[in-house]
Amino acid sequence: MFDGEPCSILDNDYVKPGKGQAFNRVKLRNLRNGRVVEKTFKSGDSLEGADVMELDMEYLYNDGEFWHFMATDGSFEQHAASQEALGDTVKWLKEQEIYTITLFNGAVLTVAPPNFVELEVVETDPGLKGDTAQGGNKPATLTTGAVVKVPLFINIGDKLRIDTRSGDYVSRA
Amino acid sequence: MNWQPSADLHALRARARLNQQIRQFFAQRNVLEVETPVLAAAPVSDPNIEPMCTTEQRWLHTSPEYAMKRLLCAGSGDIFQIARVFRRGEAGRRHNPEFSMLEWYRVGFDHRRLMDEVAELVTRLLSARYPQLPRLNLSYDEAMKGYAGLDVHSASDEQIAVLGQQLAGQDLQLSRDGWLDVIMSHQVEPSLPADTLVFIDGFPASQAALAKVAANAEGIPVAQRFELYFNGAELANGYHELTDVDEQRRRFTREADGRPVDEYLLAALEYGLPECAGVAMGLDRLLMIIQNTGNIADVLSFDWLRA
Repeated sequence: MFDGEPCSILDNDYVKPGKGQAFNRVKLRNLRNGRVVEKTFKSGDSLEGADVMELDMEYLYNDGEFWHFMATDGSFEQHAASQEALGDTVKWLKEQEIYTITLFNGAVLTVAPPNFVELEVVETDPGLKGDTAQGGNKPATLTTGAVVKVPLFINIGDKLRIDTRSGDYVSRA
Repeated sequence: MNWQPSADLHALRARARLNQQIRQFFAQRNVLEVETPVLAAAPVSDPNIEPMCTTEQRWLHTSPEYAMKRLLCAGSGDIFQIARVFRRGEAGRRHNPEFSMLEWYRVGFDHRRLMDEVAELVTRLLSARYPQLPRLNLSYDEAMKGYAGLDVHSASDEQIAVLGQQLAGQDLQLSRDGWLDVIMSHQVEPSLPADTLVFIDGFPASQAALAKVAANAEGIPVAQRFELYFNGAELANGYHELTDVDEQRRRFTREADGRPVDEYLLAALEYGLPECAGVAMGLDRLLMIIQNTGNIADVLSFDWLRA
């Protein structure tokens, strides 16, 4: 915990000038917004541990304000994520898909999508015949509203496999 | 279970060669090699160094300084020692809680003459990697001014604290010297010229440790203490040694903070320490330069995590 924010420590180095006082230079990533800051601490200072845990949860539904998830461990435990916690993952949200939920003090801090999701195309220009082997691409809108670049032969109604880390089209599902 | 060494065979050989070269250097100068106890009845007084205590109520030495000074008082003349020393909590890419220190004392030298000898030894030890090694001498004031834009003597405590807080990213509630340490380690050390032996001397009198304090050219009292830096890392710390037993007792008492004071050393100083200069050098750091590594584990047979 730093400044009331849950953080993960990316790097921690010990520095000691000559006969002087010892310090630790620490790189912290804010788990809420992903920002990285560098801070110096007096050696031996301690920070409160953040009560953070990760859970695999299945996406259930959106009630207009919150997105609801259910634990897959058989406990049927449910948690609701705010728009802020959901962040960009909203683009890859699909019912019955499993997401990694980070809980902080029992509330949803972040929602991480699986590396690959399969989503259906709802809008794109008509496919071009004979273009299956050619390069070139066009935008396609998916059921979630996400827009990805796809090959020219893709049609509305096709199911696509998307890499959520890059937002790239991988293959037809 | 990783039982294997953290250093490779090449690094082990480099260490053996380094120790041989050091012994040869001092043999040529008639400086006597000595050994002193690793476990002592009293610990170091330096408030910024935390010693380790054994169940026998003995302290692992953090440097062989006190015992070597007692030898000097007893009339040993010039002496050196290659010692394993121990400091609690000092672990990082350039620190290991157990490390190798070369410490030597030259009777009749002041810190400036000793700086020349340090430069000579280090130049020889690093010659395989750096055939030419330029040297730069700076006073503490010049270094702070040149690399941090800070006029140490005219700057107020608040100005120093503001600059320190910018570098630390937060208010650490430090003393003036504490903030100066932040500025030194965060701003000055990384900015020093590369591949150059940089000697900094004339530290603030408040950071004198066991060095004499004397007026500099501007009449400001400064510590007759020097540090050697190379590529941003501190390699050595030396003093024109304090011989005044009353001043030594005052500094010990001020710094002790509940630790027992080394009465053996004070009794020896009472008898009389010859005018001398002494320096401690981190051998693992030298080996890191020779081996071109940024990680101390690469030059230790077994680093702290597998010791």
